Amino acid sequence: MKKVYKLEELGCANCASKMEREINKLNEINSASINFLTQKLTVEADEELTEETLKTIQKIIKKIEPDCRLKV
Amino acid sequence: MSRAQKTIIRISLGAVLFLAAVIIPVSGYWELSIFLAAYLIIGGDVLYKAIRNIAHGQIFDENFLMCIATIGAFFVGEYPEGVAVMLFYQVGELFQDYAVDRSRKSISSLMNIRPDYANLKKDGELITVDPDEVKINDIIVVKAGEKIPLDGIVIDGYSMIDTSALTGEAVPREAAVGSEVLSGCININGLLTIKVTKEFGESTVAKILDLVENSSSKKARAENFITKFARYYTPVVVIAAVLMAAIPPLLVPGAEFNDWLYRSLNFLVVSCPCALVISIPLGFFGGIGGASKSGILVKGGNYLEALAHTEIVVFDKTGTLTKGTFKVAELHPVGITENDLLELTALAESYSNHPISQSLKNAYGSEIDSSRVKDVEEIPGHGVKAVVDGKFVYAGNAKLMKYIDVPCYSGEVVGTAVHVAVDSKYVGYIVISDEIKEDSASAINQLKSGDINRIVMLTGDTKIVGQAVADQLGINEVCTDLLPADKVTEVERLIGDKSPKGKLVFVGDGINDAPVLSRADIGIAMGGLGSDAAIEAADIVIMDDQVSKISTAISIAKKTLRIVKQNIVFALGIKALVLILAAFGLSNLWEAVFADVGVSFIAILNSSRALKPPSN
Repeated sequence: MKKVYKLEELGCANCASKMEREINKLNEINSASINFLTQKLTVEADEELTEETLKTIQKIIKKIEPDCRLKV
Repeated sequence: MSRAQKTIIRISLGAVLFLAAVIIPVSGYWELSIFLAAYLIIGGDVLYKAIRNIAHGQIFDENFLMCIATIGAFFVGEYPEGVAVMLFYQVGELFQDYAVDRSRKSISSLMNIRPDYANLKKDGELITVDPDEVKINDIIVVKAGEKIPLDGIVIDGYSMIDTSALTGEAVPREAAVGSEVLSGCININGLLTIKVTKEFGESTVAKILDLVENSSSKKARAENFITKFARYYTPVVVIAAVLMAAIPPLLVPGAEFNDWLYRSLNFLVVSCPCALVISIPLGFFGGIGGASKSGILVKGGNYLEALAHTEIVVFDKTGTLTKGTFKVAELHPVGITENDLLELTALAESYSNHPISQSLKNAYGSEIDSSRVKDVEEIPGHGVKAVVDGKFVYAGNAKLMKYIDVPCYSGEVVGTAVHVAVDSKYVGYIVISDEIKEDSASAINQLKSGDINRIVMLTGDTKIVGQAVADQLGINEVCTDLLPADKVTEVERLIGDKSPKGKLVFVGDGINDAPVLSRADIGIAMGGLGSDAAIEAADIVIMDDQVSKISTAISIAKKTLRIVKQNIVFALGIKALVLILAAFGLSNLWEAVFADVGVSFIAILNSSRALKPPSN
């Protein structure tokens, strides 16, 4: 399954690539990519993402850029 | 008031206080406290973010580095510089945000072809629904000025539609009952009632948007380089800064700690790779967006990068350089006039639906008077026999002439010959051939005047037909009589001929040449509008059937690559220069801040040029 999330207040391109790298390390997903310009996170995974995985992604994003929010 | 406006006011206040501090002659603690107040007003948020990020373990964060650098400046007694650098950095960030925002806006206007609603006809009433909710065979109504939300067939109404969002073509198309219309086009004047043939997710507009948005996942080599580079650049520069502040004062006699600390602060300011990380992907994305505005879909930055290195362009003939439809090309009457020959043949063939008969009827032009034609008999594999104006007319190939025992012209013809005999007397033949597209010749010329030194045409057609088309278009290399599999072999041979960096482009119609499209370095399919197969198979899709778009695509690719290279050289060059100068104590923090945010701003603006479609 492939899902696109909107990232609000994504302000720094370097942070976006850091987030992308960290999210890609998660076991639950196959691949993640962040488009800084369209402010979108695309996640590919075998199964639907659980609440928990989403929370982990949220945490990673917050850690790197505290103002940035994942809009589900 | 927006956040940016608030920031501007805050920074302006700080700047005024800063100026006052510079002008008013105070000293000692007074001086320090005024500068410190200005510093906090200007850079308080940066300081706050830095502290918050350290708590999260983000030490290579831009805010943090900027704080260290400016606090360091205070520490070595350069109060004005500490404040000024923060001020400069904040202004730079504002400019950078503005540039990013501007690019985002122009990208979203490119993406603005997504229809927001559909007028669904239900129980005789019109209701406004999300295009996603409309199903196949539902009836929708599109009023003048509205976007067509889903692909479908017109069942009522007549209108002109604007396809420019999909094809880049400015001339509107006609839509009448029975015409197929595509989502994303705009209905200009009439009222159209449409029966939906595809769900929204499968519709043309959704596919195009999906393609362009996902194109950033196929990264160009230059992008991958920057991503990798950025990972190592910041830590390396920061470590160098730490070493520089620590080692020389300990080892070199006479080296002053404050001096070397100041030099290392310069390093910290230059350590963010933002200029590259933003501007390079923006360049590629802009190039892809600009291309889509001209009706050229590029599936990834890697293809755009490859296209800029095109060396060999290989064309398929039928449907690519030619229209793939038949047209009367030559009339060779024997003993009668050209008009009589055409009229006789058109009449005799008037009951047939074969493409050749259609082309004869088209060439004849006037209405067929069917009362003049009687007793039509098709002779499969040979032609037709009919009674026209009371005379027996035979029209068909050479085999038909042999069958009725009439000698006919037996030389070579470019195309298909239709021989005609009246009452067992040969009256001549008509040559019917595939029509060359209007812009094929000029497109080939454009490619030649670019850097493309080799243009090859492949065709399954006979040598004489293939050669004739190539001669008309000025193509020197032709391979004829090829089976589909031979085309792959031929392309493989040509790939072996090019230089290691050069790329081979294959241009086909995307219908039966999928293996060749995927074998070539870059596969371009023509006439992709409405053809899912072509969109699937190719790396680059030309939405309409204009051959000249190939050179447009190449020039967009070259322009994009040029911008990307400029940015890489410019950003890295300035950063390297400032690092070197700083190491020798020759630069100050001002220059370092310019190398950070100033360069970012300029690089982003430069990249946004890629969004503009070429002006030809």
